[in-house]
This record gives sequence, structure tokens and C-alpha cells, in this order.
Amino acid sequence: MKNFYIYLIVMAGVTYLIRMLPLVLIKKKIKNKYLLSFLYYIPYAVLSAMTFPGIFYSTGSVVSAVVGTIIALLLAYLKRSMVTVAALSCAGVFLTELIMKMI
Amino acid sequence: MKEQTSFLKGIKDGFPICIGYLSISFAFGIYACSCGLSVWEAVIMSLTNLTSAGQLASVPIIVAGGTLAELAVSQIVINMRYALMSVSLSQKLGKSVKMLDRFIIAFANTDEVFAVASSNEETVGKRYLYGLILTPPLGWTLGTLLGAAAGNILPAMLVSALGIAIYGMFIAIVMPKARTEKPTALCVAVAIILSCLFYYVPTLKAIPAGFTIIICAVVASGIFAFLAPLNIAEEDNDQ
Repeated sequence: MKNFYIYLIVMAGVTYLIRMLPLVLIKKKIKNKYLLSFLYYIPYAVLSAMTFPGIFYSTGSVVSAVVGTIIALLLAYLKRSMVTVAALSCAGVFLTELIMKMI
Repeated sequence: MKEQTSFLKGIKDGFPICIGYLSISFAFGIYACSCGLSVWEAVIMSLTNLTSAGQLASVPIIVAGGTLAELAVSQIVINMRYALMSVSLSQKLGKSVKMLDRFIIAFANTDEVFAVASSNEETVGKRYLYGLILTPPLGWTLGTLLGAAAGNILPAMLVSALGIAIYGMFIAIVMPKARTEKPTALCVAVAIILSCLFYYVPTLKAIPAGFTIIICAVVASGIFAFLAPLNIAEEDNDQ
């Protein structure tokens, strides 16, 4: 292993530049209707693509993950808060794995 | 368009992210130490990087003594989505956000911070944004410390359950919007279908995950920008 801090500086620097450059360089308001609409959809498209199918493999077993996913979808549909959705979905996964262990 | 300037509203919006990060970075702390990083190294990495996927990918490279180029490329590929988010956020900033603020806010523009900032109806002002970004880095760093220092005493099942937390947060952000806006719901559906194709179709599988997220998001958003463009007349009046 090389000096850890050289690695650290490189990865932190690269990650910061990626975040910082567009935010600092784009000062004008974009007027183009299509470009604005594109940027409006981006957050939801990014988060969805990151969530599926990754969520199914985020726990110890696909079964418990599917249970957690269904709980999260249901609670989010009922407009529960971010913490409630995340916490109860974790609880669902935990209970499912507990039950699976006992069977 | 009105500007959201309340520092307290920022804190209130940011705190759930902080709590969510506690559990996610907890898992990262466990992982980093099990791979051979010291507790302090894992903590300082979280404090300076603030990126879940990027940090996860970096640990094996660092431990194996990989090249700096390899590390840099992995971070660019995985984290390029933040550039897309920063472009999007740049359009959401209120007039109170000055140049120096942009340099500071950029550091904390994570997936969740960006998503919450975007979900405001108004443009987001400086005071709101500082409130928003205050606690998430603390949660991220503290969670890493707890996981790195004490992770091994927790049962594996508990750690496994925490793995889904970040996705639960994502769903909580997307679902309310998709429920009320049909184009957003369809755009989300297209992004998910594409993402699944990239994951399950053998030849597409070879493409790194960092790229596939960008491709899915750009294609889905691009399609719906043309099929269902926003009505932006109201915003234009305020330029």
C-alpha cells in the first residue's frame, strides 16, 4: 500500500472537481424549454436508475430485499417521511431474515 | 419565482439525510476496516469525499496498492453523475447564492442533498442551502467512525438490514413526485427498465455501473423533455 494520503488527495480532488466545476461555471439561467425540462427530470431518473435493480441486492438475501422494497414503495406512496420509509424498510428486512433463519 | 431562504427549513430538510447517512456510512466503516484501512483513514476519507459508491470502489484499489490513475478513473466513472446534478442544481440556485457559496455547496452536493434541494418548489437560497448541507456530512463521518470502530460487535443480520436504508430514502424522494405527475412517473419507469437491461443483459453488463446510471438518466430524461416539456412561462417572468 502506497501512502494513503496521496490516494486520498487524488480521489477527494477528482470528486470535488466533478461537483464544483458545473456549479461554478454555469451562472446563467438556461432559457431553453427542452433543456430545462431535461434537467427537471434528471434527479428522479438518476435516483430510480440507482435504486433498481440495486435495491434487490442490498441485503443478505433477495427475498428480504424484496420485502423491504415493497414496504418502502408502499410507505412512500402514502407520503411518509424519508426517515420513516428507510427505517421501516430496514425493519422489514430484519424481520424477514429473522423468520427465514427460524424456518 | 420565490426563493427559499429559511436556514431552519434547510436544517429540517437536511436532518433526515444525516440520519440516513449514519446507517449507510456505518456499513462503509465496517467494510473499509475489514479490508485493511485504519479507523482514522476510513473516517478522514468519509469527511473529505462524501460519496458512498466512490468510496466503496476506492478501498480495494487502495488496499491492493493500485495506481493513482486507476483510482482517478474509477472515481470519474462512478461520480460523473454529480456533474449532471450540479448542472441541474445550478438552475435551481436563488439570487442570494454567490460565487464563494457555490464552491462550498458543491462539496456537499450528494445524491440526497441534490434530490432534496431539487424537490423545493421555489429556487433555493444561500441560507437554506447552508442549513441543508450542515448535518449530512456530520452523519456521514460519524457513521463511518461508529462502523469502523464498533461494527464488528454488531450481528451480521442488523448490518444486512441497514443495507437497504439508502434505497428506501431514494424511493421516498421519487415516489411522491411520480404519484402526482404522470410524465415523471413514466420517465422513472423508463429509467428503471433501462437500468435493469444494463444489469441483466449479458453484453450490457460489462459497462461500468457509473456509466450506466448516466446513460439511463440522460436517455429517460431526454425522451420526456421532448414528449412532456415543462410549462416554463411563469419562471421566465422572473428572470
